[in-house]
Amino acid sequence: MTKRELIEELLARRAQISRHDSETTVNALFEAMATVLARGDRIELRGFGSFGVKQRRARQGRNPKTGATVAVEAKRVPFFRAGKELRIELNGKARDRSSQSG
Amino acid sequence: MTKVDLVDLIYERTGSSKKEAAEVFEAILAIIRESLCRGEKVKISGFGTFAVNRKRARRGRNPQTGDPIIIDDRRVLSFKPSQVLKEMVASGDKTRS
Repeated sequence: MTKRELIEELLARRAQISRHDSETTVNALFEAMATVLARGDRIELRGFGSFGVKQRRARQGRNPKTGATVAVEAKRVPFFRAGKELRIELNGKARDRSSQSG
Repeated sequence: MTKVDLVDLIYERTGSSKKEAAEVFEAILAIIRESLCRGEKVKISGFGTFAVNRKRARRGRNPQTGDPIIIDDRRVLSFKPSQVLKEMVASGDKTRS
């Protein structure tokens, strides 16, 4: 599923929403989340999961092609951790399918 | 930032009521969850990709008692941030806001 398909699906499910609002909403949501992460803040969505930023230390890396040593600077990277409910939900479906094969 | 903040954002950007904004937000999360549960990837351009990976069953140990246990096969969710998001976070970029 792409962002475009998400917008279409939202439109299909919510009779009251206009195409314009569906697009604006989905775009604004992810832009806002990206901005919050850029600030270094956390996002917690109950039942879904949480987003945050981790600090990575500077390290010596290697160019995988040439093998030359390169300095990798310290940086911040975004991460996501699925919430408990979503983890259970994902596996509920998997269990149902795998139970046929034992 | 929590759901409340994002619901407020929808409320401000669209002419909807708070109740409608909250329902729209829950609908978006539900659509993403259902798609992932079907095993699909969810790719949000400019943000990142959520993907479901399978992990095989393996033998593990209860770290408290040391008892051997079997960890069943399961599905785990991974999130790969897009290049845009990575750059924004790395530089603390606020220009896109």
